[in-house]
Amino acid sequence: MVYGILRLINFAHGDFFMAAAFVSYTILGALAVGKAHMPWFTVLWVGLLVMILTGLLAVLANRLIYHPMRRAALLSLMIAALGLSQVLENGVLNIPGWGSSFLTYPVTSPPNGFTLGQSHFSWFQLIIVIISGVLALGVYFLVSRTLLGKAMRAVAEDRIAAALMGINVDLVIAIVFFIGGALAGAAAVMTGVYYGQINYLMGWTVGLEAFTAAVLGGIGNIGGAMLGGVVLGIAQSVGTGWFGAEWAIVVTFVVLVLLLWLRPTGILGEHVARRM
Amino acid sequence: MSLPRTAERERTVLSAKTSKRILILALVVVAAFVPQITGDQYYLSVAYQAEMLICLAIGLNIVVGYAGLLDLGFAAFFAIGAYTTAMLSTIDNWPILATIVPGILVAVVCSVIIGLPTLRLRSDYLAIVTLGFGEIIQTIANNLGPTGGPTGIYGIPTLSIGSIVIQSAASYYYVFFILMVIFVFFSLRLRSSRIGRAWLCIREDEDAAQAMGIKIHRYKLYAYMGGAVMGSITGSLYAPALSAISPPSFGFSESLLILMAVAIGGMGSVWGAILGGGIVVILPEAFRQFSQARLLVFGFMLIVIMMTRPQGLFPEGGFRGTFSRLRRRTRDSSDLKSASANSHEVRLSTIETEEVS
Repeated sequence: MVYGILRLINFAHGDFFMAAAFVSYTILGALAVGKAHMPWFTVLWVGLLVMILTGLLAVLANRLIYHPMRRAALLSLMIAALGLSQVLENGVLNIPGWGSSFLTYPVTSPPNGFTLGQSHFSWFQLIIVIISGVLALGVYFLVSRTLLGKAMRAVAEDRIAAALMGINVDLVIAIVFFIGGALAGAAAVMTGVYYGQINYLMGWTVGLEAFTAAVLGGIGNIGGAMLGGVVLGIAQSVGTGWFGAEWAIVVTFVVLVLLLWLRPTGILGEHVARRM
Repeated sequence: MSLPRTAERERTVLSAKTSKRILILALVVVAAFVPQITGDQYYLSVAYQAEMLICLAIGLNIVVGYAGLLDLGFAAFFAIGAYTTAMLSTIDNWPILATIVPGILVAVVCSVIIGLPTLRLRSDYLAIVTLGFGEIIQTIANNLGPTGGPTGIYGIPTLSIGSIVIQSAASYYYVFFILMVIFVFFSLRLRSSRIGRAWLCIREDEDAAQAMGIKIHRYKLYAYMGGAVMGSITGSLYAPALSAISPPSFGFSESLLILMAVAIGGMGSVWGAILGGGIVVILPEAFRQFSQARLLVFGFMLIVIMMTRPQGLFPEGGFRGTFSRLRRRTRDSSDLKSASANSHEVRLSTIETEEVS
């Protein structure tokens, strides 16, 4: 989403996600002391808090780095984003108590659930699907139905013209960063609870796969991004079934290169004007 | 009044050129005698690793600096060269020098496969695809039989030219030194050639370049291939220098390190790439006890440099160029100030006339 509006690959986005996972790990860890079982609404509240915190982190990054550089060349911006990603990763690595090893998340999902046909689903998987669906629908409505969404689309299309129409471009960009960061925060808490462990490098692969999914589906198109995610997921499971799990990343990128060759605008792609 | 000024300027330009040449010559001479000054094996190995990174940085500088394409998987070509050499020399007993050519061929083929579809698109796609390519090469090296998997390849024979066997750190220092000089020479010549001027043109304004009849897609591919060849050659010489290679030395962090060298030194500037390569290798060695924070510091450096000095520490025109640019800027702003002062006066006078009437 941030990419669609700013036309900038935010290499640090995956690391916002990672930082959110670590912050929630610490908060939940502090809350879990002396308790055998964590009530679910606490997790929900912490999740919301982490969403706000990650959103603020993203806004801060925008304020300190991307905003002063908004007139710089795309190349310098991308390199600065890479630098930020390195700072976040290695910052987490050097904070005592976090470090480089895999950490066990304080809250884990219970395995009990329901059986549908042949497959077994846990309740938490259902919760993840519901939360993701609600968030995605929310973003979709925000972008396509509200005045703010209209402003976002205007900024995406032509920043100068949007400014001339009286849109506060800086504010819109800050809001976009906040929402993008908040979504990363939500995803981080869900991932932590679901997989039960976190690592300082977790953001990198996730960020890459998210970007690949977005390109697959067609950039600037939320439905396309979801479709791309599904297609990429299927391609990955089929590919790893054939070749083994260590080839997952190869499958991801072979799919991406093939797609760029055959259909550069993505599966549901709208025409994106070329810049640079 | 204008005549003596131009003459003076010509004289300073000339002396600047000669003084720059003398400076470069002096640096080359000093660098050539480093092994004579210090016999310490540790310093020498750091020194030739710095030279190796500089060679890679010069190669990447063609892609990022000249043509303005962000390549995040440059270590892949480095790996291709190193692995081709290692496999051919350990399995088929090829002499090291002969393995450079197939390394180059593999690198060129790969760069065409990656470059052809992606170079037509926006440059940020290239960043992602090259990043993926780097990961793919590392995964292949990690999982395929002939590459030795995670343990890599060891027992690579040392480099020998004729009857001279090159074994010590000091002699590898000279090997990479010569390679570095060759790379510097080629990239400076390339830069002022027709291809090089086309690259700079594309970097500055792609649409204008296309309008001028430059085949953008083809020249971008040339840049990508040129970088690939330099990376591969460096890799071919890296394998015998270390005698053992393994996948972790060709990962994303290596690509990032090379990119940092180019960005810190100054994109597009060969001397900047040399300076950046030196900083990136030697600085962490000097602060070994903080080795964990190394990438943290580099990350900060990247952000700060991109924000305050996107042209790098040693930009294309050299320091002199920066100074003259600065001077021009201050002159412009003073002109502006006087202009605005004038307009202020004009406004005042119009107000006065209005009042009078």
